[in-house]
Amino acid sequence: MDVFSDPANRDVYITGFLWILKLTLAGGVGALVLGVVLAAMRVSPVPVLRGFGTAWVNIFRNTPLTLIIFFCYFGLFSTLGLSLVDDIDLNNFWLGVIGLSVYTAAFVCEAIRSGINTVPPGQAEAARAIGMTFFQTLTIVVLPQAGRAVIAPLGSILIALCKNSTIVGTIGLMESSNAMKDLINANGNAVIPIFLVFAGTFAVVLIPTGYAFGWLANRLAVKR
Amino acid sequence: MSTDAVLYDHPGPRAKMRNLILTIVFGVALLGLLWWIYSRFDTKGQWAGNLWEPFTQSSTWTDYILPGLVETLKAAAVAMVLSLAFGIIFAVGRLSDHWWVRIPAGAIVEFFRAVPLLLLMFFIFFGVPFLTEQPMSIFWAVVLGLTLYNGSVLAEAFRAGVHAVPKGQSEAAYAIGMRKGQVMTHVLIPQAARAMLPVIVSQLVVLVKDTALGYIISYGELIQLGVNNLSANFGNVVQAAIVAAIIYIIINSILTAFAGWLGRRTRRKGRAPRAAGAATQQATIEPGLGGGGGTL
Repeated sequence: MDVFSDPANRDVYITGFLWILKLTLAGGVGALVLGVVLAAMRVSPVPVLRGFGTAWVNIFRNTPLTLIIFFCYFGLFSTLGLSLVDDIDLNNFWLGVIGLSVYTAAFVCEAIRSGINTVPPGQAEAARAIGMTFFQTLTIVVLPQAGRAVIAPLGSILIALCKNSTIVGTIGLMESSNAMKDLINANGNAVIPIFLVFAGTFAVVLIPTGYAFGWLANRLAVKR
Repeated sequence: MSTDAVLYDHPGPRAKMRNLILTIVFGVALLGLLWWIYSRFDTKGQWAGNLWEPFTQSSTWTDYILPGLVETLKAAAVAMVLSLAFGIIFAVGRLSDHWWVRIPAGAIVEFFRAVPLLLLMFFIFFGVPFLTEQPMSIFWAVVLGLTLYNGSVLAEAFRAGVHAVPKGQSEAAYAIGMRKGQVMTHVLIPQAARAMLPVIVSQLVVLVKDTALGYIISYGELIQLGVNNLSANFGNVVQAAIVAAIIYIIINSILTAFAGWLGRRTRRKGRAPRAAGAATQQATIEPGLGGGGGTL
């Protein structure tokens, strides 16, 4: 553990995981908002909206995230000149957030749609029978029940998002995996401790998160 | 519940009108978005023929895209075979009656599920050579990373599958005098494997997508050859990325359709009792439940 007693190395480690944290939070919010909208589109009565939702899911779910992030940088930024902020690190960060959001939204959309499928048809039929519109049926009756059913899938999506945010390192952000690579290359004698610290941080945070979501899903499940 | 019909009534005159208006509004917005993308491409000269032309030449395909695709599929295939073996071994290990097998197997599976694959690949490719004092083969760095990660995910899926087999099956097997190993190999695993077949094929989609991480440690797969190297010669990075994305989408759509077909086929036969079917469906929705799983 000598490596981490050097403050410079400790800084590399902390900055790396701060980027991961920021990417996960920003990407998670973006993906959740986008995913809910897409799921609403996919179950809506308007064919154009349904088609758009389906196309989005099929395109982004089947493309590797590496390629999407790559495209965000070399396509959106370098070639098409989409510059979000002046600071290069922050710009890469927001490009990464765009990539993570559009990719993860496809999975959020599918999770919510399968959650909607767990709500018994009688619920929506009853809502329609008392004269609720599509929007009311969806937001007042179906989504609150579906939301409880999708806690566990959304939890695994959040965990996957956190792990996937390391891929933003492709476009030069010094996140944890790039930080680990640099530390390994500079300290060839301490490869295993470095790996264990970086991988261990993920494991220590993510494994309890997974069990917490499982517990929460169980507790909030609609008992039928 | 089938989402198409239950959430809304058959549209009457007013609803038809509203749907029409929504269709038009959204259609116009969509066209506006497409036009914006088009004009953005146009002002940057991305529609220029010489950027798209390489894709009509056979040399582009034989020199860049196809070799990359072959490497992608090769890594995915080898990693799939190895992860299946890894998954079965560790699933059986986690189900063992001996704590000194169960606990280490569980710890290894949980650990590799929670570690980002990229971090694992960096460690294998950049770190392991320091330990062995030999250069690491880049192909095996990618395959090993994919195996450890996807094997752990599959181990959890298998375990869920074995748990989903009704208890009566193993009780009956014990009753006719089978030993533990026999119950596992003759009764539980065949039924679990059948129920988990769609999950295994879906995991193949994840595997194909994850080979793209090989690009980051410059393994010569589809993105490395078909996008990076190709655009270095023709300056058409946007076009090359779009073509590569289409190839990935086609491959993965075929695999997804195959998984869906397998799922319907296993269900239609009705071999699995109803309770088991329900349980495996649960498992297909959330194979990452508990621990740091979660695969996209």
